[in-house]
Amino acid sequence: MKILVIAEHKNGALSEATRELFGLPFGQAEVHAVAAGEGVEPLAASLGQLGAAKVHLIDSPVLADGTGESLDQAIGQFIEQLAPDAVVVAHTPLGKDLAPRLAAALDAALATDCIQVNLDGGEVTVRRPVYAGKATAEVEFTDDSLKVITVRPRTVKAPEPDAARSAEVATVAVELPEQKTALREILAGGNERPDVTEAAIIVTGGRSLGSAENFSVIEDFADSIGAAVGSSRAAVDAGYRPYRDQVGQTGKVVSPQVYIACGVSGAIQHLAGMRTSKHIVAINTDPEAPIFQVADYGIVGDLFEIVPLLAEAAKNRNGN
Amino acid sequence: MNIFVCIKQVPDTTTRIKLRGDGNGIDEADIQWIISPHDELAIEEALRLREQEPESIITVLSAGPERVTDSLRMALAMGVDSAVQVDLPGDADSAMNARALAAAIGRLGQADIIFTGKEAVDDGAAAVGPMLAVFLGLPCVTVVNGIDYGDGAITCRRDVGGGNIEVIETPLPAVVAAQVGLNEPRYATALNIIKAKKKPIDTLSADELGITEADRKMRLKNFELPPPKQPCRLIEGATAEQANELIRVLAEEIQAI
Ligand SMILES: Cc1cc2nc3c(=O)[nH]c(=O)nc-3n(C[C@H](O)[C@H](O)[C@H](O)COP(=O)(O)OP(=O)(O)OC[C@H]3O[C@@H](n4cnc5c(N)ncnc54)[C@H](O)[C@@H]3O)c2cc1C
Ligand SMILES: Nc1ncnc2c1ncn2[C@@H]1O[C@H](COP(=O)(O)O)[C@@H](O)[C@H]1O
Repeated sequence: MKILVIAEHKNGALSEATRELFGLPFGQAEVHAVAAGEGVEPLAASLGQLGAAKVHLIDSPVLADGTGESLDQAIGQFIEQLAPDAVVVAHTPLGKDLAPRLAAALDAALATDCIQVNLDGGEVTVRRPVYAGKATAEVEFTDDSLKVITVRPRTVKAPEPDAARSAEVATVAVELPEQKTALREILAGGNERPDVTEAAIIVTGGRSLGSAENFSVIEDFADSIGAAVGSSRAAVDAGYRPYRDQVGQTGKVVSPQVYIACGVSGAIQHLAGMRTSKHIVAINTDPEAPIFQVADYGIVGDLFEIVPLLAEAAKNRNGN
Repeated sequence: MNIFVCIKQVPDTTTRIKLRGDGNGIDEADIQWIISPHDELAIEEALRLREQEPESIITVLSAGPERVTDSLRMALAMGVDSAVQVDLPGDADSAMNARALAAAIGRLGQADIIFTGKEAVDDGAAAVGPMLAVFLGLPCVTVVNGIDYGDGAITCRRDVGGGNIEVIETPLPAVVAAQVGLNEPRYATALNIIKAKKKPIDTLSADELGITEADRKMRLKNFELPPPKQPCRLIEGATAEQANELIRVLAEEIQAI
């Protein structure tokens, strides 16, 4: 079996979500990787050390300033040349934008946001969440078309790079038709904390924070442990936090290692965005709050008393 | 403008999911069906565009079994001009839904703009909009939370994570997938809901659109509910002790900090 990993990169480095893909059980499959963009050559060494047997480089300035459209066409053309059995990409904003268009253009089967992936034994088996994580289901591919699979970040651990390994490297030429869409500008969010979709730990505050200023309690604690700040929709609607922090069914779906919900009731739409977190901590004055039903650890109490003490305890621990 | 909106009917998000006996789907018996939340934003955007361009016609489509006509009526009550059910099985996959919707739009006339939601909250695939665009040979902009309408072109703001926004210009016709922040969907008034009950809904069959089982690429099976959670371990004691203990758990037991 031939598998192609699409490498996502930024500022010359592979994204963590891409590194993780090399932790998937590939079995005896022949693992290829493709990196597209401008000046992608240096990525080949990292991809080789992570386990790619062959790295294909598509280098073009058009790809650096382009939209998903150009990337999509470049990678699509290359996939037709390589003819893999499965294409794997991380379920990140880029992967989500790319995968469905690739699948449609290549008449491939598509399984997005997979949380269990097995490529061992010549077969592709994946499981994905449905109904916002209230259940999971296995994907049955109904014919032997190419399979395009996006994998939820943090599903598997990235392997340690092995300096002794290296990949065969090939450059690929593609011909891009005239682009319809044009990237005019990127407005940077100016967020110095990690994004909720990328963070290993998220500290989330809810309506009970009462004001945007009071969120400094949450921010201080998050900063003390290197966490992202999340928000319930009620806190976003009240204007305490920007929408980008919203976790839940109409916000971001996250599955960090630890999710710490402070003054969040645990409404079903909130749970839809975080119930697959590895460890859930709840801090709430109401012992009956539904969040405790999904939490692994809980403190019944006032967040305004407890959260500052958590920040202090974390800082003390770091100091030691 | 000829505006199309694709909406998916999904179980109400507060519904408890029960599995079917054979495990290959959910038990639909007690389900309340709603328009998938992002698709309401798609409808709202179409209505606002028609307010700017009063000559516009909005056609809303939903692929699925007969039950989807209830959601189409809700869209009519919100104010769209006409509604079409694309008759497909409820378990059609993204590829089949997108092929059928593309074929239906192709039959109904030249689209100037097609709105979809960012993703449907049942399968969460975020696939049908971009796939439909490819099948129609149109550009597609996903996770859009703001649109400026120009002459034969639009400029979209895309939410690409981390608070970063890409500003993308595309000529029309195009497919746009709506993200939260694009607008606040209006509520249908009770009067309009009653009026919508009498409005006609057209149906296009899979046959008419040339869609067969061969357009399906995958199906979901062996559904599982998440394993029951261990009860929550409450950390007791004086506030400072609780805080110290939780930090100890995070550092030593979970090894997360
Ligand atoms: C279609 C739809 C989509 C939705 N999408 C989302 C979504 O994406 N994300 C989302 O979050 N919600 C979403 N919601 C809203 C959701 O239903 C809830 O209204 C929302 O999550 C509640 O936010 P909250 O927990 O902050 O507030 P509340 O429900 O008001 O809970 C506040 C909690 O704080 C506790 N509390 C109060 N004071 C303190 C204190 N001093 N210390 C500790 N605890 C305290 C209270 O006991 C309570 O449990 C959606 C709703 C709908 C209908
Ligand atoms: N069966 C369907 N009928 C109409 N529109 C659909 C259907 N399925 C998906 N869509 C549209 O495509 C978007 C993405 O859906 P999905 O790919 O299922 O996450 C939805 O928000 C809808 O706008």
